[in-house]
Amino acid sequence: MSYSVTDPSPRQKWTAGTLVILYAVITLLPLLWIIATGFKSPSDAIAYPPKVIFDPTLEGYVNLFTTRTRMSPDALSALGEPATWYDRIVRQYDMVISGPSRYGERFLNSVIIGFGSTFLSVFLGTLAAYAFSRFKVPLKDDLMFFILSTRMMPPIAVAIPIFLMFRQLGLSDTHLGMILLYTGVNLSLSVWLLKGFIDEIPVEYEEAALIDGYTRFQAFTKVVLPQAATGIASTAIFCLIFSWNEYAFAVLLTSGTAQTAPPFIPTIIGVGKDWPAVAAGATLFLVPVMVFTILLRKHLLRGITFGAVRK
Amino acid sequence: MTDETTSRVPASAPVRLGRKIKGLSDRSVAWLFIAPTIFLLLAINIFPLIWTIRLSLTNFRANRTSADIEWVGLRNYRRILTDPDIWNSMQATAHFLIWTLVLQVLIGFTLAYLINKKFRGNDMWTTIIVLPMMLSPAVVGNFWTFLYQPQIGLFNYVVGFLTGADPSSFSMIGDVALAPWAIVIVDTWMWTPFVMLICLAGLRSIPESIYEAAECDRASKWRQFWTITIPMALPFLMLAVLFRGIENFKMFDLVVQLTGGGPGSITELTSINLKREAFEKWRTGYASAYAVILFVTVFGLASIYVKALNKVKER
Repeated sequence: MSYSVTDPSPRQKWTAGTLVILYAVITLLPLLWIIATGFKSPSDAIAYPPKVIFDPTLEGYVNLFTTRTRMSPDALSALGEPATWYDRIVRQYDMVISGPSRYGERFLNSVIIGFGSTFLSVFLGTLAAYAFSRFKVPLKDDLMFFILSTRMMPPIAVAIPIFLMFRQLGLSDTHLGMILLYTGVNLSLSVWLLKGFIDEIPVEYEEAALIDGYTRFQAFTKVVLPQAATGIASTAIFCLIFSWNEYAFAVLLTSGTAQTAPPFIPTIIGVGKDWPAVAAGATLFLVPVMVFTILLRKHLLRGITFGAVRK
Repeated sequence: MTDETTSRVPASAPVRLGRKIKGLSDRSVAWLFIAPTIFLLLAINIFPLIWTIRLSLTNFRANRTSADIEWVGLRNYRRILTDPDIWNSMQATAHFLIWTLVLQVLIGFTLAYLINKKFRGNDMWTTIIVLPMMLSPAVVGNFWTFLYQPQIGLFNYVVGFLTGADPSSFSMIGDVALAPWAIVIVDTWMWTPFVMLICLAGLRSIPESIYEAAECDRASKWRQFWTITIPMALPFLMLAVLFRGIENFKMFDLVVQLTGGGPGSITELTSINLKREAFEKWRTGYASAYAVILFVTVFGLASIYVKALNKVKER
């Protein structure tokens, strides 16, 4: 490394590092607390002072995935020994498992709607971005601005008519309805991000392909798409994170078959104040995003600052 | 951009060549590629907006579809602008907006400044700081109600430990004086990293040579900070404020899970208030007028702000 007058001194670096790490640790505490609470027993979860060291148990996870009924001690002893480890956990509270909870379904809905809308937004977004990047489109700047301005629309301003529209079209509480809705919200970001990525691919590649006898469409699929793969992937992550986390539309437009996890998780708490089960549900829902963020940090951080850096 | 692209293409324009070769013409490919996107954006964004404006002039109620729809002109708008409840939620929103922006800019810029000192491992710590903003606000907000529990909550315990106050003596989300701050704290925790990332991009865009020149002129570090760092990072900082401002004006998920607008209606931000009018009281026409007013407010404030931003950039 070459010496430079503007380089921070080792002491400055040390101070800056300490302060940033201190902030990072504080910011991480609530997240670690969610994960830890998921492995606590209900009594440990509400202990005072808060317990940092505790006997880990999977009770929260068992309660998250099951519904249980209380039984009299006589009926319980008539059932004989618990057959599985999760039966045994439930049995401590004089209860038996009566069936699966709805968490699995809601989680699956989040996966279906998240991936469905991500695929659609990236698919349509790539086509539109390619056209805007390579062709002379009349009123191009106006169209691009129109696409961006839909991003500023508050969800609440459109929630009422979308609610009515979905009711009329039979789309309320369906996977298809939610996929289309999230695609509509994600598309603007997707087009803008992807146009940036495709602009960076030299046109000469396609020109060579066209001269070799490819059609425009073949040049697009065989030359441009492979080149834009990284850009497409990072755009997809943004769309996926948005759909995964979305709450306002989900809570207003879904209630049963297509309900996603974010509106469902807060209802787990119920009357029993079962915080470990809520924490378990939150952990399973949040940890994939955290792992994603850490693994793909380079692409993600670039995408967030994208709008700012380009202007 | 295309003008640039086409001007780079030599006179023998292969674009024209492509058209001659079998398959669709460029023009039809272009429209084929753009049309689905435009159609979906019209259906999901523009059409509903027009419908909202139409509904706002009626007394329609979505839970009584058989009732006759009456045109009431601007009556809904008049009623909203004179409704004290709505002014209350405007005030709650203003408090939330101003304080989250102040705190996030101060902390976010400081963090970006420190990270830009390029200490070892700064990449890893940046990623860790960014984690909260990637998560679902509703799920996180819901869990913060647990951290805010009097006595057993981690937040109360830590505050009690640091200040000596009894952790069961205060309730962040149950107390009228504290609840507005409870939502500011969680939003700041969650979104400061966003401001930090944009500021970091700003700081990294400042060419090293400017500092070297200032160093040659023997400008003090303090002077360099105020005459180089701040002015050059300012457009980025303002952009971060714009994004956060728009988002927090629309704030719904985090706060609805955290306080539900309570206690009373002390943290009932406009979006929560609107949701209540539209989906609990089912005053659809009235709520539509409310939505239009909010929408116009965001757009108005944002465009004034963007004008100011452009002036700063031109300097």
